[in-house]
Amino acid sequence: MGTSLGFHIVFAVLGVGMPLLMSVAEGLALWRRDEAWMVMAHRWSRAFAILFAVGAVSGTVLSFELGLLWPRFMAFSGAIFGLPFTAEGFAFFLEAIFLGLYLYGWNRLSPFRHWLTSIPIALSGAASAVFVVMANAWMNTPAGFRLAPDGQLLRVDPLAAALNPSTSTEDPHMLVSAYVVTGFAVAAVYAAGMLRGRVDIYHRRGLAAGMAMAAVAIILAGITGDTSARFVYQAQPVKFAAMEGLYKTQRGAPITIGGIPVDAQHQVFYGIEIPYGLSLLAALDPNAEVRGLDSFPKADRPNPVIVHLSFDVMVNLGILIGLLAAAFWLMAIRRRSIPTRRWLLRGLVFAGPASVVVMEAGWFVTEVGRQPWIVYGIMRTSQAATTAPGLGLTFAVFIAVYVALAVTTGRLLLMLAARNRSAAG
Amino acid sequence: MSSAEVIAGTLWLALTAYAVLAGADFGGGVWDLFASGPRAADQRRAVAEAMGPVWEANHVWLIFMITGLFTAFPTTFAVLGMALYLPFTIATFGIVFRGASFAFRGHGPDAVGALSPWGVAFGVASVVTPFFLGTAAAAVASGSIHAPRGQLTSGFLDGWTTPLAVVIGLFALSICAYLAATYLMVENEASPALLADFRKRATLAALVSGALAVLSLVIAYFEGPRLLQSLTGRGLPLFVLAVLNGPLALWAVWRSRPRIARIAVVAQVVFVLWAWALGQWPYLVPSDLTVSGTASPSATLDAMLIVLAGGGLLLIPSLWLLFRVFKSSAPEAPAPDAQSRAAGE
Repeated sequence: MGTSLGFHIVFAVLGVGMPLLMSVAEGLALWRRDEAWMVMAHRWSRAFAILFAVGAVSGTVLSFELGLLWPRFMAFSGAIFGLPFTAEGFAFFLEAIFLGLYLYGWNRLSPFRHWLTSIPIALSGAASAVFVVMANAWMNTPAGFRLAPDGQLLRVDPLAAALNPSTSTEDPHMLVSAYVVTGFAVAAVYAAGMLRGRVDIYHRRGLAAGMAMAAVAIILAGITGDTSARFVYQAQPVKFAAMEGLYKTQRGAPITIGGIPVDAQHQVFYGIEIPYGLSLLAALDPNAEVRGLDSFPKADRPNPVIVHLSFDVMVNLGILIGLLAAAFWLMAIRRRSIPTRRWLLRGLVFAGPASVVVMEAGWFVTEVGRQPWIVYGIMRTSQAATTAPGLGLTFAVFIAVYVALAVTTGRLLLMLAARNRSAAG
Repeated sequence: MSSAEVIAGTLWLALTAYAVLAGADFGGGVWDLFASGPRAADQRRAVAEAMGPVWEANHVWLIFMITGLFTAFPTTFAVLGMALYLPFTIATFGIVFRGASFAFRGHGPDAVGALSPWGVAFGVASVVTPFFLGTAAAAVASGSIHAPRGQLTSGFLDGWTTPLAVVIGLFALSICAYLAATYLMVENEASPALLADFRKRATLAALVSGALAVLSLVIAYFEGPRLLQSLTGRGLPLFVLAVLNGPLALWAVWRSRPRIARIAVVAQVVFVLWAWALGQWPYLVPSDLTVSGTASPSATLDAMLIVLAGGGLLLIPSLWLLFRVFKSSAPEAPAPDAQSRAAGE
């Protein structure tokens, strides 16, 4: 399930971000009567057709897996957090319908109407992400129900579950992250082309479009991430302690960057400590108390090595690619043209995959950090799993399938790019 | 009618839509795999053109059904997920390969037409998926899944590995092929040669699915009395309609009346699915899980009804637009320059 999620999410975030880029490009083409933007919208749409199909089928795997792998979790939670999934179903419907119109409608719709069909794609793509993350937020801070002593559900309030306390921090953070990844991924493709000497109008514009999206989104990702972390400090103190690798409850807690938490020694080795940093960050007060891992029963703690290192990867790599984006735009504004310095382009080629790593690390933080719970404080992951046979085999086959799909998608996109080049001359 | 009943009916409508729309997409894959004769490449292109704009939207009916089921009837969803773990997992692989290979072939550099590796993957997955979904349906309809008070007691192979389930799986597959062949007759009315090809295929599929239907009833008489009781109980009127409609559909295909044939074959699928549904009412999964017994609390159901109504208001006009643009009879006359533009050059 985790593997499926990790795979699907890469395609899903492109499904959120790419339609926006396509819509803007086509809108510019119509507004300015600019054929080059139209060609770009066309090319993006062809690549996106493949990405969306893989995203759609891998999303189907996820919805099946909810029942196949976590039947007891679903039997318990379906009634409470199913509503956003139902809404997501409609959003996905609209995205698929208008994508069909968009991809196959170039000859059947007037240019203006064709552009109009891109708008619902972009909106419903974003709405899908928002709805699905609501359900995940509920797993972090379950709300909207009461439990009777015998485990019966009482007073279910699906709206309160959908708008649970985590939603307002986790949802915006994931949504802007989708634009971060799309922006850097698109920019990386064009930066790689420019490094090979293709500095034409398409590459300059593609790079600029990707970097514009990435730059705006990564600033928002920083802000929403900071809010999220402070919310976790209050709502899921054990996850927060694992994120920061903090063992002892203390006032004026230092922030630890890097290092390996070792449970047996109750401390983090080889990390860099900044005094008072954590208390300041978590509560805006250098003397605030932060609970450490040691204050929780061992059975209720996540694996601090994974959570702490993932958190550091997310934050530090995120800051690094953010600095690259800042450098890009500073140079662009100073010279009034798209910068083509090789070190910068190399950095941007690196930032594409790095942004995916940042996002996946973020999911590690929220998912591994919630362990051993599947529904925080309510249901343990071990209680939720299926008892069906052949799980190991299924898992192995799914991984093989995902590798095959990823490799094929990559190869096809490269072929499409090669064909675009030969067509452009 | 209670909220739970309205939602159960809506989910069954979604299943029906999935069967007649996505079922035809699977059938298209079957005819892609078995494309033959001098016009094999044209047949494949006709399938790809018919499916291209709509298959992803058709596929969403399944997602809609899954999410609806676990929201409104979580226990039923959980029991089905465990009892039918194997057929559903295989069908999931089929769905992944079907969709991905169709996109890889259609949007990749190879032209649709000649036999290609991804084309074969598309065809094989289109055969495998409806077969296993059919066996899963048989397991439910034959009452082989036992889950008193929501705890699964039957085994992981029960119900979908019987001879009856195999025949029903093949029946599901042949009905998909039948649907696709009649839709393709309509979409190729302007091309007599292709029309004749798909007419031949529709006739074949009609005879095969008819024979399998009879065979399944015979086996059900000996093996799965539960299914027969359903069909001859509350489901009887629709069952009779299905029996009468079958020959009518075959006649329309045979006499090359594509539009009548299309309606008749769709009606056939609708009659069979609703005869099954009414027959086993009020059970979702006979004979332990009922609609009211496994429904979510009413607060969830009421909220879901609101979402369904609001979503439907957006969905129905959008679907109408999609099918009007691509499936109306207005002939497409792309200018040559528009065509080269569509190729992205």
